Order: sequence, then C-alpha cells, then structure tokens
Amino acid sequence: MFVDKGPAFQQLAAKIADEIVAGTYPEGTAVPSATDFAVFHQMNPATASKGVNLLVEMGALYKKRGIGMFVAAGARDLLRSQRREEFRKQYMEPLLREARVLEIDVAELHHMIDEHEEDET
Amino acid sequence: MTNAIEIQSATRTFGRTTALDGVSFAVPEGSICGLLGRNGAGKTTIMSIIAGQDRPTSGRVEVLGHRPFENESVLSRISFVRDNQRYPDNYRLGHVLRIAPEFAPNWNADVAAELVEGFRIPTRTDIKKFSRGQLSSVAIVLGLASRAAVTLLDEPYLGLDVTARALFHDMLLRDYTAHPRTVLLSTHLIEESEKLFDRVVVVDRGRVRVDSDVDEARDLAFTLSGTTAAVDELARRHTVLRSHTVSGLKSVTVLGAADDAVRADADGLGARLAPASLQDLVAAFGEEGSEPIEEGARA
Repeated sequence: MFVDKGPAFQQLAAKIADEIVAGTYPEGTAVPSATDFAVFHQMNPATASKGVNLLVEMGALYKKRGIGMFVAAGARDLLRSQRREEFRKQYMEPLLREARVLEIDVAELHHMIDEHEEDET
Repeated sequence: MTNAIEIQSATRTFGRTTALDGVSFAVPEGSICGLLGRNGAGKTTIMSIIAGQDRPTSGRVEVLGHRPFENESVLSRISFVRDNQRYPDNYRLGHVLRIAPEFAPNWNADVAAELVEGFRIPTRTDIKKFSRGQLSSVAIVLGLASRAAVTLLDEPYLGLDVTARALFHDMLLRDYTAHPRTVLLSTHLIEESEKLFDRVVVVDRGRVRVDSDVDEARDLAFTLSGTTAAVDELARRHTVLRSHTVSGLKSVTVLGAADDAVRADADGLGARLAPASLQDLVAAFGEEGSEPIEEGARA
C-alpha cells in the first residue's frame, strides 16, 4: 500500500487529501487523529504525524488544542487547485508518452477521448 | 532527543569469527527501528549485547544511559526474546505467562490475554511441541505484554500466518501509542514491516551499512534498468552496489540520490530510473563486496 510512490508520510497526506476532496471529511469537521491513522494503516505513529502535519502546513487542516484536527474552510478548493496542477504531470505526460509509443497522433487521441466520454454518459 | 540505545565501536569475536566489526549506531527514545540484514549479518548478536546477555569484546553499549551487562536496574526495563528461545521441557503457555511478570515489572495481563486469544496459542500443549509460528506468537506475547522501555523483537514474524502478522502490527501500534517505548525489530519481511519503522539500521557481515531515518533511506540508492549499453553508460559515474544482467538488458542499484542530471541522461538513453526500495537497498548491501555508506550519508 505504501511502497514505491514517495515516502509513507506523503502517501498518507495524499490519502487524507483525497478524502477531503471527495467530501468524506467535510470542511469544519474533525478528521481522525494521527494515532488513529497510524493504527488503521499499520504505520509508524511519527510518520503518520508527519503526514497530517503536511496538511496542516498547507492550510488544509488545523489543530484545535486539546480537541483534535479539523478540516479548514476552503480546504477542498485549495486541494483541488493543487491537484489540477498535478494533473498535467501525473496523467497528461504519461498519456502522451504512451500515445507516442503506440503512434496514436493527437487528432486520434482527441477522438478517443470524445468517444470515451460519449460511452460514459 | 535522548538515545535509548547507544552502541559505539562494538566488536564481538567468537574464536576466529568476527560477528560484529566496529558497530556504532544509536536508537532515539520512542523510536521503532528496523534492524535489517542477511542471515549471519550480526542482528541477533547486536540484540544480545543490547539485552546484556552478551558483552562486546571491545567497544561500548549503553541502554537508557547505563551499561546493561549484569545491571539489574536496566535489565528489568529491557525485553528480549530470541528467535530460538528455549523453554523448560514440561512448560505450557500458562507456566510462561505466570513466570513472565517476575521479569517484567510493567507486565500487562490484558495485552497478553488479547494476543493469546488472537494468535490462538494452544494452552494444553507442551511448548516444546509448538510449531514455528506458535513459538513466534509466544515471543510476541512476551515482547509486547512486558511493556518494557526497550523492547527487542528478533524475527517476530517467523512462521506467522497473515492474520497473525496483522494482529501483531495492530497490537504493537495500539499499545505503543498508549505506552510509548523504544522498539528494535529485526526481520527479513521488509516490505511488510517497513511502514512500522521511523529508523532503519542495515547490517552486513558484522558492520553497519546504513543508519538512517526511514524517509531519508529512500535517497540512499536508486536503480537503473534498460539496455546493457545504456545502463553501463549511466552507471559509470556512480558506485554500483548490485547489478543484474539478462541477454542485453541490465539493472543496477547504485549509491546516492538521483539528481536531475542523471534523470535527464536516463531519459535520453531510454533507461528507466526508479528509487531503490528499502528491500532493494538491503539486498544490494547483502551482496559481496559492497562498501559501507560513510558518515555523510547518515542521518
């Protein structure tokens, strides 16, 4: 689960971010503690804290002293805009690279996307 | 941060065999540290020395600020069950659980009971008839229920089924967060256990090869794979730890962090570059002739 894609603390942060974007943890509500995440994902508690703190530093989560960790207002938009930037790197680049290998030109690629979109809807 | 375990230049010889050759590393208080390496690398000898069951021929070992050997006040705060722990012939589980608190002042019977039930350890069978997995289960019960400030787990997974391994992880983390302690765990099941660790120490042939924060260990080596010509060209400027060739294709594990220059070169030559996993790293250091990572690479 945590192998081969960046350090474990970043993977945990990405996972929590996914849940915030998906609306599992709505803005203003509490998220599980770093300890809970550690036990749930069977990972080192210090590593889990590091992952949670990454989101605190980004402003997606905030600490209420003595109570716990909460999703900040605007966290969804914040994380979504960040992911839009990553979209190019994570999806567009490999897509175009593979298309080149398979000799699929851009026009054909456009067509494939349109076709797929129609099938989905 | 204070260190729970400190080993300085420890050497241990048995006759003409050098089991430990100038071993130095420290484990900070509260760390869960993986001790990794091949069979015969020196892992159990290191643990015996930390547990005060053995003394280095030369060098120094301190646990919780004191030398452990014949030091009762420190020994009562250390838990160590060897991977080949023997029990008296007629012992059953009940005997072990009755006597364990004598050696472990923080013994917690609830933790022990939960593990015994979860592992399904037989209570009516002599321990000498236990399977490998059942012996491992007993060792984990002793290790975790002791709640010792320094807990040494030597190959805790041997023979354990997948359910039992998950139970072990779960209990270790739950009890650790409620009662923090320092854990040193040796294992060959690296991929399965690495996310438990915040530090790793890799030993080979009695010497420390890696002593690092687990996140930083990712930058200690990377792998290059592609055509032999491309990989040879790329690897020229790096220290190769391990290489693997099959008809025109080659894969090497090299020392150091991959920088943008080597990424660009690899791209240009059509070779694939990937970070070395902890498992790759341990395998690479376990091969003949690999050199230790020097101070600069240490955390």
